[in-house]
Amino acid sequence: MCGIVGLFLKDKALEPELGGLLTDMLVTMSDRGPDSAGIAVYRGADDGKVKITLQSSNPEQDFENLEADLNTEVVRIDSHAIVSCPADHADTILEQLSAMPHLRVMSTGDAIEIYKEVGLPKSVAERFNIHQLQGSHGIGHTRMATESAVTTLGAHPFSTGPDQCLVHNGSLSNHNSLRRRLARQGVNVITQNDTEVAAAYLTWKMQNGCDLGEALEAGISDLDGFYTFVVGTRNGFGVLRDPIACKPAVLAETEQYVAFGSEYRALVNLPGIEQANVWEPEPATVYFWEH
Amino acid sequence: METYDLTAMELRAVNAALQAKGGGEGGEGGGGSNQTCEVINPRGSHAIAVGLNAPIEVTVEGSTGYYCAGMNQQATINVTGSAGPGVAENMMSGKVVINGDASQYAGATAHGGLLVIKGNASSRCGISMKGVDIVVHGNIGHMSAFMAQSGNLVVLGDAGDALGDSLYEAHIFVRGEVKSLGADCIQKEMRSEHIEKLAHLLKQAEADADPKDFRRYGSARQLYNFDIDNAGDY
Amino acid sequence: MDKTPGTHPVKPWTFDDYTNSYIRRAAATGIYDIRGGGAKRRVPHFDDLLFLGASMSRYPLEGYREKCETKVALGTRFAKNPIMLDIPITIAGMSFGALSGQAKEALGRGANAAGTSTTTGDGGMTIEERSHSNKLVYQYLPSRYGMNPDDLRKADAIEIVVGQGAKPGGGGMLLGQKISDRVAEMRTLPKGIDQRSACRHPDWTGPDDLEIKILELREITGWRVPIYVKIGGARPYFDTTLAIKAGADVVVLDGMQGGTAATQDVFIEHVGQPTLACIRPAVQALQDLDVHREVQLVLSGGIRTGADVAKALALGADAVSIGTAALIALGDNDPALEGEYQKLGTTAGAYDDWHEGQDPAGITTQDPKLAARLDPVAAGRRLANYLKVMTLEAQTIARACGKNHVLNLEPEDLCALTIEASAMAGVPLAGTNWIPGQTPESGKHD
Repeated sequence: MCGIVGLFLKDKALEPELGGLLTDMLVTMSDRGPDSAGIAVYRGADDGKVKITLQSSNPEQDFENLEADLNTEVVRIDSHAIVSCPADHADTILEQLSAMPHLRVMSTGDAIEIYKEVGLPKSVAERFNIHQLQGSHGIGHTRMATESAVTTLGAHPFSTGPDQCLVHNGSLSNHNSLRRRLARQGVNVITQNDTEVAAAYLTWKMQNGCDLGEALEAGISDLDGFYTFVVGTRNGFGVLRDPIACKPAVLAETEQYVAFGSEYRALVNLPGIEQANVWEPEPATVYFWEH
Repeated sequence: METYDLTAMELRAVNAALQAKGGGEGGEGGGGSNQTCEVINPRGSHAIAVGLNAPIEVTVEGSTGYYCAGMNQQATINVTGSAGPGVAENMMSGKVVINGDASQYAGATAHGGLLVIKGNASSRCGISMKGVDIVVHGNIGHMSAFMAQSGNLVVLGDAGDALGDSLYEAHIFVRGEVKSLGADCIQKEMRSEHIEKLAHLLKQAEADADPKDFRRYGSARQLYNFDIDNAGDY
Repeated sequence: MDKTPGTHPVKPWTFDDYTNSYIRRAAATGIYDIRGGGAKRRVPHFDDLLFLGASMSRYPLEGYREKCETKVALGTRFAKNPIMLDIPITIAGMSFGALSGQAKEALGRGANAAGTSTTTGDGGMTIEERSHSNKLVYQYLPSRYGMNPDDLRKADAIEIVVGQGAKPGGGGMLLGQKISDRVAEMRTLPKGIDQRSACRHPDWTGPDDLEIKILELREITGWRVPIYVKIGGARPYFDTTLAIKAGADVVVLDGMQGGTAATQDVFIEHVGQPTLACIRPAVQALQDLDVHREVQLVLSGGIRTGADVAKALALGADAVSIGTAALIALGDNDPALEGEYQKLGTTAGAYDDWHEGQDPAGITTQDPKLAARLDPVAAGRRLANYLKVMTLEAQTIARACGKNHVLNLEPEDLCALTIEASAMAGVPLAGTNWIPGQTPESGKHD
């Protein structure tokens, strides 16, 4: 049960403001999700580098010698670190990281960076200086935990594939069976969170030849319960609501951007919102934008 | 005309001031005063102008969040922008006009008064309505008039899936296309009394449309008492 | 004649007489069995717990002399006017429609005399129940039948009903026989139809939306009255947590023995957790959010005696609520009416066809002749007596445990007679320090 915000920029001139706009949207959704918050930002997709977002519960110690250990660039931000390396070096780095179980890999990809922590959205955004981040698109989430624990790893967004991430508002009712089904396919879901199952499901579908739109379409029959999903990919941004479509969702589109908010409140500070085309996504209908 | 600025005042203070006009919260209302006031900078806030109980006129300049004009009695409330979920929910009397679109649950369970939506209404418009009249100039979303008990839902545009599912005695008039009808909802004959009623509602809602262009839908009354042969529709 | 000895005929345990009668009834009628009341199966309950009392290590209070307080305030978190109760026992929500006007009046009279609150039900507030109830809780239900802001503002508290112990996840039912002219008018329904109530609220879904709904109700009522959230015994830890996060002043938790006016038997007997199993996870949720006793917990579902009351409070509730027991106090299922119950094909104590409206006791009916059998003054007196007896019993136990307030009872004042009850209530099995599922050091019920 949560608040979702998302912003997909069409106008490159707005890219320096992405973090600032998203932070403002995220903080507005604090009432819907006071337990934890997170944000995924996409930037630098074409710089030839792969980025790995790491999280540690003991960052002082765990990140101290990481740059030397990995022999690549590491930027520390609070409990997170962004490891950058040439694309052809990424597998080696990931292998090295797999031998460091105290570090959690939150995302990998050409463009994605994920920041999430327990606490009010405002404090989470401040910890990671989200307002200073620039980028092409981003997704944010404020969480009111339903059944799984309030932890950093239980916060959204969830990323289960390169440059993919998913946030969710609602409550799935068949995620435990689906988690077991995915496990038999070799797909590992770490937390007890229903959203991570949905993210892993979409990744699995895409690994097996679906594009994001097809994966979301398949989700309509395989995922039971109530959901509004917002999904990010390397260069795209998608929205899907369940067939009952009770959980709120508002989309706004202008020449400059496509924006998503669980409530209209989240969108009121966006430039030109008064002139935007504002609508609610239809149930069981996939919406997708790509650069 | 008094102006309340929601960026300068707490919601509680704004609602208390509005509720105190012409009777006041908990009072009998009907002070007979014909006061007008405006609320500015709503910025999608929730529960604006709820629980009013006097014949005052309130204009909300901008767009609102959930439950604007909730449980309204007597007051006339205008929203110049769009309204979030549950606008005019459980309204008893008075008039609420949304110049933009309305989100889901518009007019939910409302017992009386008139709700006019100049744009589109989202899903579940008029859900469980109990006597209100709702006129939507644009389209309405899926599951509208679900379990609607009484009143009239008028739609100048199109209706989404499962219109009037499990309908009781409410009347539905649609000028455009109906994507699908819900269980126990059927098209019915437009008789002269329906044309007359519809003409009156369209006029009240400042809707420029010919009543003869509408089709009427109502309950087939097959689900009123349990029948095993209808089990699939429950 | 064959003299070979035979074994005694054996009926299958799986297909016993009741099961076979269920199959025959379903085959003959084509409709599931609908009935009133709560779960009839035996489930671990408060009977499986005992108080330790005081002797050498603890000192008891002197009965009749040394005070043992029973007053409870509900709704102290946000409301300007919390409900102040003389006793920690309230009357649960039951609708006019499900009950006769006389029965509603009797509940109000009894509650008044005992200094406690009564509650409306699905179908709105009647003038009779408002005028006969000093403290009236107004239920806010998915159907919103008869819901109007005038009544809302007359209420002393608002109870948002999310679920019921008898049917967590289900909506209400009121069958045609009971939709009289007045009931139909109050609910804006045609007379004589089978009324179905929705299972979800029409204008919100989930705790993030509920938070906004609570804001609206508070704005309409000027933040004066407490807002309760009632949940059925489904996932009590999570549901209590989310009710608190959504802004509830009071959480009302109804276990599976809690009654209903009418729903499917399969729902009553197979969905939801026993009351005993619900309470500790709910209290844990309150404690984890550090609001135990600040957000009050009202427990219902099979409360019958002062011992049940004391045990519920000891496990962490602030008050209890009674429905079925209150109806029995009024005269429901009285053996004096055995002849009439037999005519209805049942027997006193088993009568549960409340939805049919033929209650010989005149309680669960809309038939004016039957309803006239219940004298609201005398029935109210019986309820008041019963409430007083339960209160005295709870005080007796609290004093024996050395408490000057019934709310000072603790889980450590209890032991369990069975392993099941021990695990569910989180108190040690009698004579041991063992609680199944817990290590002795942790002492934490999770």
